[in-house]
Amino acid sequence: MQTRLRMVLPDRELLKLYEQMFLSREFEESCAEQYTKGHITGFLHLYSGQEAVAVGATAGLHKDDYILSAYREHAQAIVRGAEPRRVMAELFGKATGICKGKGGSMHLFDPSLNFMGGYAIVGGQFPIAVGLAFSAKYRGEDRISACFFGDGAVNQGTFHESLNWAQLWRLPVLFICENNFYGIGTEVHRSSALASIHKRTCGYDIPSEKVDGMDVIAVYKAVKYAAEKVRESGRPYFIEATTYRFRGHSMADPAKYRSAAEHEVWKARDPLPNYAKQLLEEGIATRAQLDAVEARCRQTVEEAVTFAEESPWPEDGVVWEDIYV
Amino acid sequence: MSEMTYRDALNLALKEEMRHDPSVVVLGEDVALYEGSFKVTRGLLAEFGEERVKDTPISENTIIGVSVGAAMGGLRPVAELMTINFALLAMDQIINHMAKIRSMFGGQTHLPMTIRMPGGGGSQLAAQHSQSLETYFMHCPGMHVLYPATPADAKGLLKSAIRNNNPVVFLEHELLYNSKGEVPDDPEFLVTIGQAEVKRQGDQVTIVAYARMTILALQAAQELEKEGISCEVVDLRSLAPLDETTILASVRKTGRAVVVEECWRTCGLGAEIASRIFENCFDVLQSPVKRVSGLDVPMPYSRKIEKICIPQAEDIKQAVRDVLSGTY
Repeated sequence: MQTRLRMVLPDRELLKLYEQMFLSREFEESCAEQYTKGHITGFLHLYSGQEAVAVGATAGLHKDDYILSAYREHAQAIVRGAEPRRVMAELFGKATGICKGKGGSMHLFDPSLNFMGGYAIVGGQFPIAVGLAFSAKYRGEDRISACFFGDGAVNQGTFHESLNWAQLWRLPVLFICENNFYGIGTEVHRSSALASIHKRTCGYDIPSEKVDGMDVIAVYKAVKYAAEKVRESGRPYFIEATTYRFRGHSMADPAKYRSAAEHEVWKARDPLPNYAKQLLEEGIATRAQLDAVEARCRQTVEEAVTFAEESPWPEDGVVWEDIYV
Repeated sequence: MSEMTYRDALNLALKEEMRHDPSVVVLGEDVALYEGSFKVTRGLLAEFGEERVKDTPISENTIIGVSVGAAMGGLRPVAELMTINFALLAMDQIINHMAKIRSMFGGQTHLPMTIRMPGGGGSQLAAQHSQSLETYFMHCPGMHVLYPATPADAKGLLKSAIRNNNPVVFLEHELLYNSKGEVPDDPEFLVTIGQAEVKRQGDQVTIVAYARMTILALQAAQELEKEGISCEVVDLRSLAPLDETTILASVRKTGRAVVVEECWRTCGLGAEIASRIFENCFDVLQSPVKRVSGLDVPMPYSRKIEKICIPQAEDIKQAVRDVLSGTY
């Protein structure tokens, strides 16, 4: 049975979750279009379908908490507060990009938002998240380190090393696995001996739970609870959010390894229309209000594209900058 | 000035910097309770406690990744990898993360961290524990690479490394830990990163060397003096950034150069330095630059054959005689 939304959050916050999900979807679909036009190049991994995870989880964290992610991280950055136009400019490779055009799609970063990076080596962010948690603990800061990763990352050595380390050193790390069931084209049962990923933490005595990653409220509640557990205990916690990407691994992937039937099952669970329906049914928003939210998101993304298009390219000399302090 | 070993000079540098800055933390395998495999961290746990001196699991990649995160969060970690050979397990965090993060994130963060790693051969530890991998790190932009030859440089460079706001790979030669020398007592004594030092003046041949090879080069130069040959010895100290100015100035003076490297010859740092000398000093060179290198083989165990794989003072002397006589 679904939770009644008003028992979870005030109306304004509930509507904000919808806006963040819609903005993320609009942004990603616009990226696909810009990629097709040749404005975005390189690798482009889109988040469409998984929005409930980034949005629900970010809402369950404090602003001081660190967030790290992998290379499918546009939504996490934007939901955390990164300006969509500066993210889009980064994807266009422009000087006004969030990382001056040096990072691109896979390496968004904004320390002023405690968004500590998108990392493109699978599993590379695990130990860095642990190190940030260590510095927070050492410095006596009231913050935890939230580390997002995919199901493909759990077979890397850094996954096991970091779970062990976080528990051994009693560090405030919240591990959030976005299990979309595919590491590129390899289905999770073909890569993991124990495909129920949250059960893997028993080897490190880290509490874990599985949550429906297509339900933004379920993710919010799970992460909020887990984050408080981590904050209170100073110890790690693990969430597996099951979800689905509606597109291929990257724009270069037509995703032929997934059946149309499977895709339809998940498409019916699309977090956006389902959450909108809930908001309407419980009288939290009217259709007109949702339309206004959607129009605002579309406008933000359009402006982001215009900004990116009109922004200057980086000067050649910058290749020598920002390597050493 | 006090006379002390290379090991004690490093130990003193760590203690002074930990006293100087509470954000300095030391972590690594067996660095705390066991006081380090080579005892460089002796006394740290007793003085600074387990909050700042931390034993870690045997997880080299994560030792470096945790240091990266800690540095990003505002600490100044000094990680010890038990030996340079184990750094290969951490190359993902060193090369793909530590050396890239500042640049790929558009300069929005920096990583004030140091990785100490003992290296080099000559202790009969066979193929997996005797490697000289310094060029692996030199090759990659985004970090400094230091390798001292003397106790004074060991102390001054390690202190500079810890205070530096860039990632630093700090190499220590295992056969130098017991070597002794005069070390300045001043807790503000620092050796500038990126500056080579002419450790012996001479006018006929420049010998470029680093770490233990500098010690052998100085020995060779002293012995060659008896043959009437005058050698200048340039000790690199910093492998990255490389002090090209000092190297080239010396070669312009002598007109001849021998580069000594403990690492494998192929794609070694000797090739890089020789190339820079050729590119910049061709007009003054009186003979081709000669390299004295480790042999391109996995290090054997037996002491009889291990010795021939590592440059010896006699090899350096012969190379100097060769460049002087034009024997190639």
